[in-house]
Amino acid sequence: MRGWLAQHGEAARLALRRLATAPLNSALYLLAIGVALALPAGGQMLLASAQGLAGITSAAPQITVFMAASADRAMATEIESRLKKRGDIRRIQFLPREETLARMKANPGLRDVIEALAANPFPDAFVLTAADEGLRAQEQIVAELRQWPRIEHVQLDSDWVRRLDALLELGRTAVRVLGALLSAGLIAISFSIIRMQVLTHRAEIEVSGLLGATDGFIRRPFLYYGFLLGLGGGIVAWLLVGAAVLWLRAPLGELVRLYDLTLVLQAPGMRDSALLLAFAAGLGWLGAIISLRQHLRQKSGL
Amino acid sequence: MIRFDRVSKRYPPGVDALSDVSFEVAEREMVLVSGHSGAGKSTLLKLIAGIETSTGGAVLVGGQNVSGLSRPALPYLRRRIGMVFQDQKLLFDRNAFENVMLPLSITGFPRREAAQRVRAALDKVGLSSREKARPVMLSGGEQQRLAIARAVVGRPNLLLADEPTAHLDADTAADVARIFMEFNDVGVTVLIATYAGDLFPGARRLQLEHGRLLA
Repeated sequence: MRGWLAQHGEAARLALRRLATAPLNSALYLLAIGVALALPAGGQMLLASAQGLAGITSAAPQITVFMAASADRAMATEIESRLKKRGDIRRIQFLPREETLARMKANPGLRDVIEALAANPFPDAFVLTAADEGLRAQEQIVAELRQWPRIEHVQLDSDWVRRLDALLELGRTAVRVLGALLSAGLIAISFSIIRMQVLTHRAEIEVSGLLGATDGFIRRPFLYYGFLLGLGGGIVAWLLVGAAVLWLRAPLGELVRLYDLTLVLQAPGMRDSALLLAFAAGLGWLGAIISLRQHLRQKSGL
Repeated sequence: MIRFDRVSKRYPPGVDALSDVSFEVAEREMVLVSGHSGAGKSTLLKLIAGIETSTGGAVLVGGQNVSGLSRPALPYLRRRIGMVFQDQKLLFDRNAFENVMLPLSITGFPRREAAQRVRAALDKVGLSSREKARPVMLSGGEQQRLAIARAVVGRPNLLLADEPTAHLDADTAADVARIFMEFNDVGVTVLIATYAGDLFPGARRLQLEHGRLLA
């Protein structure tokens, strides 16, 4: 066991030494891997932040309830008290028909038409904000309210919710595709680098084999090299994403505020950071395995 | 220790390096394999170390048929054999100490003990003051002695050497030959492919000619 651990320690030390002997090359490798990983990692972070996108007043999904034209104010009050008893509605705004008429008259384009009418054509209405902003919960409320007496029409203002959902889904798919492509790219980078390492160290590989090294002994430093490349690239990606968060947080916050929304970019947390590093190291190691399987046997001449 | 039983080795496209070679080497014996260039001396050593496989007959080392060994089993055979290669095969990006350390790293020897052994091996070949030197900084004779130190550091019971005194001046060649004889004196079986048999008085000689062993 001690011998086995010593061999692993030796292999890791050798891999580090190989990284350190060509610092510029190593730095460029790490940068290439880091940039490749930062794109999907940054996209994932942006999507995670957008998930928490919380609308403020006007942007929040709303349900508009129109009373029947024949319903009087007492009936509207009764409906309002029934609505207040529901736990799934966060906010109720009553819009009296007179107020609606006044607002419409204030619109110069509509004034003449409205004044030509004999009576107020607008019903009393309620604008509701559901406690749960999920589409399914809101559709449930709409379905129930449509069954109530004296209610003519219930309209779910869900278009923007659907659009946001569709955009987020598109974003998620794009991040997944980008992630898969760039992961394959990272494996390819690791594959090529390890191939060059095998060529550079072919004398050592040959001599080690002649002196009784097993395939595992010969592979080990290269596997550690691939692992360290991936891990280093993951750290670079983490730093890039962190820096992007710092730089983008203020201008993006300003932009979404113009749309009356709140979006706070979140830096990767402990769990996400650990996942990113483990994923990167794993891909580097995988690239090394594939490369060694391809190149080691033929180069060792054994 | 070593037994060749009607061993042949043919390289494509039909070049016979060894034909029907049979001999035995006892434990603690010192044997020289002589012959002109291309007689099959190197091939014979490579067959013993499992670097090449015979195309006919059986090569037995310590009772084990080398030709029948699987790929994963070969490293363990090679660890029991110390080998000095014709071109030495030193690693030029490592210093003398690290070159000699390599066989012990391969076997997973504890580092502190391994360092002691490496220093003892370097001392034995007279290179203890050169452990930090890279091979390129060593003379031809020193490089050859470094290759010997690497071959013996694992304390093998069989030492193979392919032309260990080639390209060395007379004094250095005599020094190197003396080192091999000292190892043989302490019980190591030594098999040397060489044209310079005079340097190894008392050693049994096998004469190869065109891949055949002369009686």
